[in-house]
Amino acid sequence: MSTYLDISQISIEFPTKTGPFKALDKVDLKIDRGEFISLIGHSGCGKSTVLNIVAGLYEATEGAVILESKEVNAPGPDRAVVFQHHSLFPWLTVYQNVELAVKQVFKGKKSKAEMHQWVEHNLALVHMSHASHKLPAEISGGMKQRVGIARALAMEPKVLLMDEPFGALDALTRAHLQDALMEIQAELNNTVILITHDVDEAVLLSDRIVMMTNGPAARVGEILNIDLPRPRDRLALADNSDYNHYRAAVLTFLHQKQAKSDTPPSQAKPAIAPVADVKKAVGA
Amino acid sequence: MFKQNTLHYLSVAGFAWLVPLIKLASWESPREQLQEIVRLIGLPLIAILVFLAIWSTAASRIDTSLGTFPGPTAVVTAAQGLYQEHLAEREKAVAFYERQTKRNDAKLAKNPDAEVKIRDYTGKPTYFDQIFTSLITVFTGFLVASLIAVPIGIMCGLSPLLNTAITPIIQILKPVSPLAWLPLVTMVVSAVYVSDDPALSKSFINSAITVTLCCMWPTLINTAVGVANIDKDLINVGRVIQLGWFTRVHKIAIPAALPMIFTGLRISLGIGWMVLIAAEMLAQNPGLGKFVWDEFQNGSSESLARIMVAVITIGFVGFILDSFMHTLHKVIAHDEA
Repeated sequence: MSTYLDISQISIEFPTKTGPFKALDKVDLKIDRGEFISLIGHSGCGKSTVLNIVAGLYEATEGAVILESKEVNAPGPDRAVVFQHHSLFPWLTVYQNVELAVKQVFKGKKSKAEMHQWVEHNLALVHMSHASHKLPAEISGGMKQRVGIARALAMEPKVLLMDEPFGALDALTRAHLQDALMEIQAELNNTVILITHDVDEAVLLSDRIVMMTNGPAARVGEILNIDLPRPRDRLALADNSDYNHYRAAVLTFLHQKQAKSDTPPSQAKPAIAPVADVKKAVGA
Repeated sequence: MFKQNTLHYLSVAGFAWLVPLIKLASWESPREQLQEIVRLIGLPLIAILVFLAIWSTAASRIDTSLGTFPGPTAVVTAAQGLYQEHLAEREKAVAFYERQTKRNDAKLAKNPDAEVKIRDYTGKPTYFDQIFTSLITVFTGFLVASLIAVPIGIMCGLSPLLNTAITPIIQILKPVSPLAWLPLVTMVVSAVYVSDDPALSKSFINSAITVTLCCMWPTLINTAVGVANIDKDLINVGRVIQLGWFTRVHKIAIPAALPMIFTGLRISLGIGWMVLIAAEMLAQNPGLGKFVWDEFQNGSSESLARIMVAVITIGFVGFILDSFMHTLHKVIAHDEA
């Protein structure tokens, strides 16, 4: 059986006034059906660019994205995107925001009643049924992101693409949404690519973490298999040695092997310290 | 709940200053309401009284060839005079139609086949007719301007190339005074609009077109900026769910740009109203502009006071038009303007 989603040797160059800028250099990644992948790397390393190419919003200069043996090079609902800043239409209610996508994607495939049910079902999945008549301005940031996820899920995507979906949220809300996402993932078993810069989030959620080297011409640096049993519980894991081992591995990659020039390796070392701190804190 | 709704509608309609009065009437934290009343109603009231006092003293010291410059009292008298003239004119009109009907009935009674003539009353327009004419003219000009400016603005917003191409033209045409346009408009309209039985008078068309030419620019520019600066993620959502070009424009671009479009429309209507008075003076469209001009030419001892009435009327109508657009903005667009 061939790979479900094959990101095959993609490179991209952006034209600038001082000549082409190569953001990605032969990024290669094969993803199985139902796999949860996190892309992690320093800001500006091009991880969002990878996601945008898979989404079809950017076109790769070289290489191709192959989904179920078909090349994709235009945006489509089979690769739904959850954006960092929720991107709900501010003049539509929560319900209408999801409905707009459902109406467009299932035009001629679902009846009106079925569409209505499908919108309600997806809002229920993210626990937002109670606010379906509210405008985005009337709900909190975490709730907006839930609706953004509901809208993406409602498209029944083959691959769900999430571009730092929780990056703009406070730590508590982020933890809630991560739990909600794991719950949904347990039920639907989607294929997910998640962009993140949060090490805990990556280890907690992923089956594999793809670590990217710093740009320009960013590549896949290392791939880490996260072999933790599901369902995962953040409190239990905090004291789990495997979890902390994975966490340290990612931190080592980010802060030693790929340290940003403004933080030389010698100074970056303390970044690993929090692992020990967490252990102590939980153990105490 | 009913009270909450009323209060909400009042603030949407620009009557926020009424809110503490209503709250006070229902005895809701009266101390706070009294403070609010002093702030929202008391302060402006004091300012108005000071203004009237300055106006009154200054006016009495200015002697013109048409007598002393009118103070507040003279203006109130003149306003009452204009109202009386309006009533008298209406009575004359009613009397005219009564006479006409009587005459025609008598004619028909003698000979059922007789041809009866029904004529419109052709008395001179009263002050209130003139206000009405001005309003119709400004809204016609404004409507035509919006119908041109919004679509062009949307196209400019969607296409950076088109925007770059026509920006210089817009910037050059934008500051042109209505007084410069009017002679050209007049000549073109007389040449093009030839009809034995014109439904619309030329002076009306001249004024309306001049308003259009002067007030379309803010709407055009604001619409273009609004459409061009839509959040890129919103556009990307449209691409991901594969909306067609037309759907993307009317489901995403236009609603997203509505706040900016309304800001533009509001500025446009304000400019249109200002331009209209000048245009009516020169085009002799029977509105407030012509009223001011006629009074100036008339040069009676009352003229200045009557012109002052027009000045205040123009200000009030402008203020109402602006509040109207502001309310419309709040009701239709999604932002909290």
